Amino acid sequence: MNGRRNNSISAWLFTTDHKDIGTLYLAFAIVAGTLGGAISGFMRLELAHPGMNFVVNGQEWNALITAHGLLMIFYMVMPALIGGFGNWFVPLMIGAREVAFPALNSLGFWLLPLSFVMLIASLLTGDGAGTGWSLYPPLSGIDGQPGASVDMTILALHLAGISSIVSAINFIATIINMRRPDMRMSDLPLFVWSIFLASIMLILAMPVLAAALAMLLADRNFGGAFFDPAGGGDPMLFVNLFWFFGHPEVYIMILPAFGIISQVVSQFSGRPIFGYAGMVGAMVTIALLGFIVWAHHMFTTGIGFAPRAFFTIASMIIAVPTGIKVFTWIATMWGGSIRVTVPMLWALGFIIMFTVGGITGIVLANAGADQVLHNTYYVVAHFHYVLSLGATYAIFAGFYYWFPRMSGRVFPEWAGRLHFWSFFIGTNVLFFPMHFLGLGGMPRRIADYPDGFAGWNLVASAGALLALASTLMFLVMLLSTLLSGAPASRRFWGPAFTHEWDDDQPDDTVVSGRAPRAAIGDLSA
Amino acid sequence: MKGLRAALCVILVALLPAQALGDGPSNWQMDFGTSASETKARIVDLHHHVMLIGIVILLVVSLLIVFALVRFRSDRHPAASKVTRLPWLEFGWTIVPVLALGAIAAPSMQLLAYEAKIPDAALTIKVSGHQWFWRYTYPENGGFAFDSIMLPPAAVPEGEPRLLAVDNRMVVPVGAVVRIQVTSSDVVHSFFMPALGLQIYAVPGRLNETWTKVDRPGVYYGQCNQICGLNHSFMPIAIEALPQADFDAWVQQARTRFPASAANAGPSTTQQASAEQ
Repeated sequence: MNGRRNNSISAWLFTTDHKDIGTLYLAFAIVAGTLGGAISGFMRLELAHPGMNFVVNGQEWNALITAHGLLMIFYMVMPALIGGFGNWFVPLMIGAREVAFPALNSLGFWLLPLSFVMLIASLLTGDGAGTGWSLYPPLSGIDGQPGASVDMTILALHLAGISSIVSAINFIATIINMRRPDMRMSDLPLFVWSIFLASIMLILAMPVLAAALAMLLADRNFGGAFFDPAGGGDPMLFVNLFWFFGHPEVYIMILPAFGIISQVVSQFSGRPIFGYAGMVGAMVTIALLGFIVWAHHMFTTGIGFAPRAFFTIASMIIAVPTGIKVFTWIATMWGGSIRVTVPMLWALGFIIMFTVGGITGIVLANAGADQVLHNTYYVVAHFHYVLSLGATYAIFAGFYYWFPRMSGRVFPEWAGRLHFWSFFIGTNVLFFPMHFLGLGGMPRRIADYPDGFAGWNLVASAGALLALASTLMFLVMLLSTLLSGAPASRRFWGPAFTHEWDDDQPDDTVVSGRAPRAAIGDLSA
Repeated sequence: MKGLRAALCVILVALLPAQALGDGPSNWQMDFGTSASETKARIVDLHHHVMLIGIVILLVVSLLIVFALVRFRSDRHPAASKVTRLPWLEFGWTIVPVLALGAIAAPSMQLLAYEAKIPDAALTIKVSGHQWFWRYTYPENGGFAFDSIMLPPAAVPEGEPRLLAVDNRMVVPVGAVVRIQVTSSDVVHSFFMPALGLQIYAVPGRLNETWTKVDRPGVYYGQCNQICGLNHSFMPIAIEALPQADFDAWVQQARTRFPASAANAGPSTTQQASAEQ
C-alpha cells in the first residue's frame, strides 16, 4: 500500500491521516455549502417579488433562514477554514508528520456529518426550527416551537461544538508541541497563528454556547425556567450568553481567513509578509477584543447608556488591528513582485470587500445609529460582506492556492478567473443593494415585504442567480479537474516561504486507517 | 471635509428619485427615508459623517491596491524588496485609524446621550407586543387600550401601503415628548419606527423605556423587527402624529370607542401584561 493512495471506502472512513481528514472536511464543506447556497437561492427566489410566492407560510420561511445561517457558519465556513485547510497545512507548515492526536482528529470530523444529519432532520421534522440561528427564547421555547425540531437543532449544535472543541485541542497541542526543532512560535506562518488563536477562542466560546443550549433544552423539556420570566428567569440571559459565544464565533471564522490571505499575498508578492510582529499582534488583539464586544448585538434590547457607550467604543477599537492587517497586506504588495494569479485575485477581492464590510461595521458599532439599523437589511449586507464576500473569498483564495498541493492537479486558469469575476459581480449585485434596503428600514427575516422595497430586492435576486451559476460552474470544473486535470508540479507557484511546498514530505505514504508511529513519537519526544 | 460632505449629499440626492407621497419606503430609495424627529435627523447626520470617513478610507485602500498592482507587477518589478519592517510606517497606520475613530466617537457619544436621556414627558404610551399585533395603552388619558392589527391586502384603502396599513394606529401629539414603555406578552418583538429613529425590543418580563418627539403631522410606518414566529412579516407599526388639538379630540373619541379597563389606568406594570394573557 505504501506510496499509493488507498481509495477504498474503509480507508476514507477510518483514516487518521491529517491530509485525508482535511480533504474530508473540505468535501463536507462543499456539500454543506452547496445545500446552504441552494436554500439561499430559494430565499432570493421568494424575495424577488413582493408577496408570499413560494413558501407555504412564515414558519417554513423562518425554518429555512435558520438552516441557511447554521449551515453556512457551522457546516461550511468553519469546516473549510479550520478543519480543511487547518488539518491539511498546519502540520505541513510546522514540519510535523502528523497532528498531535490523529484518532481524536478523526472523531472531530465524524461528529460533524452526524450533527449535519441531525440538523437536516430537524428542518424536515414537523415545522422545523423557525427561530433564526440566534435561537432566542421564548420563541425557541416549548410554547414558541412545540415540535422536536428545536431540540434536534440543539443536539446538532452540541455535536458540532464537541467537534470544534476536539479539533481545537488537537491544533493547540500540535502547534505547541510538534513544530520542527528550529521553528519558534515567533517563526510560525501567519496561517498557523490564525488557526492557533481561533482554536483558543473556540475553547473559550463554545462551552458558553453549550451551556446556553443546555439551559434552553432544560427549559423546553424538563420544566426549567432559566429564560422564562414566569418562573423568575429572563430571556436576556440567553441573549447575553448567545452573543458571548456569537461574537467570538465571528472572529473564529475570520481569523483563519486573515491567515490565508496573508500567505497568498506574501506568495504572490514574492516576499515574506511585511510587519510580521504587527500582524501577529493584530490577530491576538482581535482575538482578545472579540470577547468584550458581544453586547453590540444588543444595543436595542433596552440596555442603558453606560453599556451602550462601552460596547460602542470597544467595538470601534477593533478597527485598529483590522486596519493594521489591511495596510500590512498592501505594504507587502508595495515593493513586491506581484503576480495576479487566481488565488491572488480572490485575496485582492477579499481585502477590498472586507474593507467595505469593515466600514459598515464601524457604522453599526455606533449604538446611537443602531436604533435605525439594528436587524435591518443593512446588518444583512454588513455580515455578508465580511462572511460571504470575506470568509468565502478567503476559502476560495486558499482553495485555488493549495489546490495543486492537495490534488496534484492544475485547476484551469481560465475557469478560476471566470469563477472569480462572475462570483465577484454576482455577490456584489446581490449584497450591495441590501445596504439601501436597510437604510430604508427593511427588517431582516421577513418573507414578504412592503412594495416600496421591491426594486432593490429584484436586483439582489438577480445577483444571487449569477452567484449561484458561478458556484455551479466551479463545482463542475472542480469535478472535471479532479478526474482529468493536468498533473501539477510540487512547487507549483515557484519559490515559497512556507514548508507545505517542500519536497521531502511523505506525501501519500501514510497507510490509511492507523495512526502513524512518527506522530506519537514526535509528541513524546 | 465640509465641501466633500456637501458633494456627497448632492450626489446622493441626485441619485434619489422623487419621494413618493406618504411615509413608507419608496422604490429605488438609496438613503434613509423620512425623518420626522430630531433623533432621526441626528442619526442621519452621524451616519453620513461616519460613511464619509469610511468612503475616504475605502478609496485610499482601493487606490493603493490599484497603484501597487500597476507599479509592482512582476513584469515591471521583477525583484521584490527585502524590507520586512518599517517601524514609523507601522506606527503611522496604527495611529491614523485611532484618530479617525476619535472623530467618530465624539459625535457618536453625543447622539447616544441625547437618545438615552428621556426628557420630561407630556404623555406616556404603553406598547405591548403580541403574536402578531401591537397593543397600545394610554394610561394617562383614561387608560383605554386597543389592538393594532395589519389590514389584510384586500382591505387596504387607496394610498396606504400593503403590509404596513393597520386597523388602529398609535396616535401621538406633534411636538410633545412622548414616553414609550415597551413590553411583550409572549416572545421577543422589536418596536421599530425608522422615520422617528426609534427602536427598542419588546421583551417578556421586562419594561423597556424610550421616547420620541414627532416634528410634524403625518402617518409613519414601521415593522416588528425581531423574528417572532409565523407572522413576523405581518406585524406592522403605524404611528399617526396629530396637532395637539386634534390629538385631544382623538383621545375623547378613543375613550368612548375603546373600553377602558381598571388594569390599564395608572402606571403600567409588567404583571398587567401577563394578566392579559
